[in-house]
Amino acid sequence: MVSPSAAAPAQRDRGAPPADNRLKIVEATMKRHQYRPDALIEVLHKAQELYGHLSPELLALVARRLHLPPSRVYGVATFYHFFSLAPQGEHTCTVCLGTACYVKGAATLLAALEAASGLRAGTTSADGRLSLLTARCLGACGIAPAVVLDGTVVGHAAVEPLVERLRALLNPAGA
Amino acid sequence: MDRTELHAIAERELASRAPVRIHCCMAAGCQATGAAELRSRLDTALAEAGLAGRAEVVPVGCLSLCGHGPLVSIVPDGPLYASVRPDDAPAIVAALQGAPCAVRQVDRNAPFFARQRPVVLRASGSFDPERIEEYIAVGGYQALATVLHDLSPAEVIEQITRSGLRGRGGAGYPTGLKWATVAKSAAPPGDGPRKFVVCNGDEGDPGAFMDRSILESNPHLVLEGMAIAAYAVGASQGYLYVRGEYPLAIQRLTKAISQARKYGLLGAQIFESGFDFRVEIRVGAGAFVCGEETALIASIEGRRGQPRPRPPYPAESGLWGCPTLINNVETFANVAPIIQHGPEWFAAIGTATSKGTKVFALTGNVRNTGLIEVPMGMTLREIVEELGGGTPDGSPVKAVQTGGPSGGCIPAARFDTPVDYESLAAAGSIMGSGGMVVMDATTNMVEIARYYMEFCRDESCGKCIPCRVGTVQMHRLLSGIASGHGSAADLAQLEQLSQLLRETSLCGLGQSAPNPVLSTLHYFRDEYEACLAASKDPG
Repeated sequence: MVSPSAAAPAQRDRGAPPADNRLKIVEATMKRHQYRPDALIEVLHKAQELYGHLSPELLALVARRLHLPPSRVYGVATFYHFFSLAPQGEHTCTVCLGTACYVKGAATLLAALEAASGLRAGTTSADGRLSLLTARCLGACGIAPAVVLDGTVVGHAAVEPLVERLRALLNPAGA
Repeated sequence: MDRTELHAIAERELASRAPVRIHCCMAAGCQATGAAELRSRLDTALAEAGLAGRAEVVPVGCLSLCGHGPLVSIVPDGPLYASVRPDDAPAIVAALQGAPCAVRQVDRNAPFFARQRPVVLRASGSFDPERIEEYIAVGGYQALATVLHDLSPAEVIEQITRSGLRGRGGAGYPTGLKWATVAKSAAPPGDGPRKFVVCNGDEGDPGAFMDRSILESNPHLVLEGMAIAAYAVGASQGYLYVRGEYPLAIQRLTKAISQARKYGLLGAQIFESGFDFRVEIRVGAGAFVCGEETALIASIEGRRGQPRPRPPYPAESGLWGCPTLINNVETFANVAPIIQHGPEWFAAIGTATSKGTKVFALTGNVRNTGLIEVPMGMTLREIVEELGGGTPDGSPVKAVQTGGPSGGCIPAARFDTPVDYESLAAAGSIMGSGGMVVMDATTNMVEIARYYMEFCRDESCGKCIPCRVGTVQMHRLLSGIASGHGSAADLAQLEQLSQLLRETSLCGLGQSAPNPVLSTLHYFRDEYEACLAASKDPG
């Protein structure tokens, strides 16, 4: 590879020693990329997949291992929408706001979900139970409006059933 | 691996197929409406009917009519079922033996299908995209074999140039010319790969899913196109940049790359020639600006996706300062068919300046939502009214939006505009990557302009001031006008800022951000004026 990275192996001893399994996997990902700085986004993807979000400690560790200034790692982690620096709720509900969904009433749908959950889009409930999020476009325009509920895409999403499901997630006892 | 072996794999694959195939669409749209359960129910129903061996269920790529999924197609010559529920599985299997079937069928001779001209999507929906053998059985990797055995790199470029293929990412730059520039650019000295091929799969336009569908339904077609391009320009390393929002596409590409490597169709000494080509996937992290080529390069290098001024163009100085060929997914998907059928065949499709076909994602308030591929030059009216079938409730179509946040809204009065690069630009929009959102009277055009400006404001990378500040100001003005707090002076300032952003922004994002505003102002000025007339604080 051409990337300016030949100095990587010398740093293996530095940084926190891998503690739990997740750290080992992050470590293995960096090793697979030979600790190349250009693997930063790939490594952050893996770290977020494992931990759910990117904590300051995790960012600092990645910076040390890839031999990058922390500012650069923080800059990248905050530049891209995909990365989250705060923990997400136990459940997530993502409303697609792509054009096709928008034309098919996604804004109304989102407003109804905000009202039902008492959450503003982009926030998590105080008890950590639910995050209400929005997406730019899921590419599921054929089944607009689309919503992702805990990783499962719901097509032709209607307001009433979704509001019911959100209420159930927020209030599992049905109280 | 050689050509004889390739033919042997294809023959083995065809011989192993059951006489009847039940094609079950497993693209993202149909999966979201329950295709996975349907597939397993079909399997069970086949076994229970004792038809194993005589018929088989095959998970296939996109069957085109995404708005009416899950879709099931019986091959050969059987019906196409739409909106299939898992409970319908036994009835579909019973119909194979002649029983009457009440499951909804779609007429394959309807204009939506009959008027398409599939080149890129030809094999999509006819095979399992997770098995390379099926791709080989539909003629896959033969173009790569031809290129490596019979053509010099210069001859490959000459064929692509003669075909008239232009970039399908939106700008329409002649593909052959781009390849020729990269081929003649001198690589800087050093170890390792010194020239790169990059596939731009960062399909960020809201309302567009052509590239997702191609990558999910026919990943090898894109890989084959990239390999041919790499041979032509002298690259040995490729990157496929895919949006993080497309997990299924990433999963299928990963599988496709590993299968191609196993067969010696990627990696070292492909087809026992001296040509090496390796491909790595880079997963995007949600930044629209990364569709811009210099921002895309920054992102592959692990940095923030911020563009830089051009020149130098990536064709001369791209990834790590090396000559880099960047083409869109659909552009690469056109390469193997051009090599296989010849540049003249391709150039015979389309118009004088826009050759071939274009894939569009037809969405919004339209009866037949889905993925279509039509010859360049078809009119918007034909696409919206004939293929799309108009609006679901039969009300008149008001406008169609092409090109996403960089494009514009074309009113029904201009629907005789043919879809080619020049005509769409003359109508105040752009070809774009292929999103086509149909709008009826329920859509307010000022609101749509505000929606796109909000998108551009949020997606502005913040590097240059006209875009960073201008999109915020324009969004503020549009919000004011839309909510009944605008004035004639606001409208004038909006037009002034539009000009400023166009002329002074660093990259395409800022330069084209005013397009939705300008096109709606041009065609739907009455809606802006109605907002002003209803304004609570005139002045």
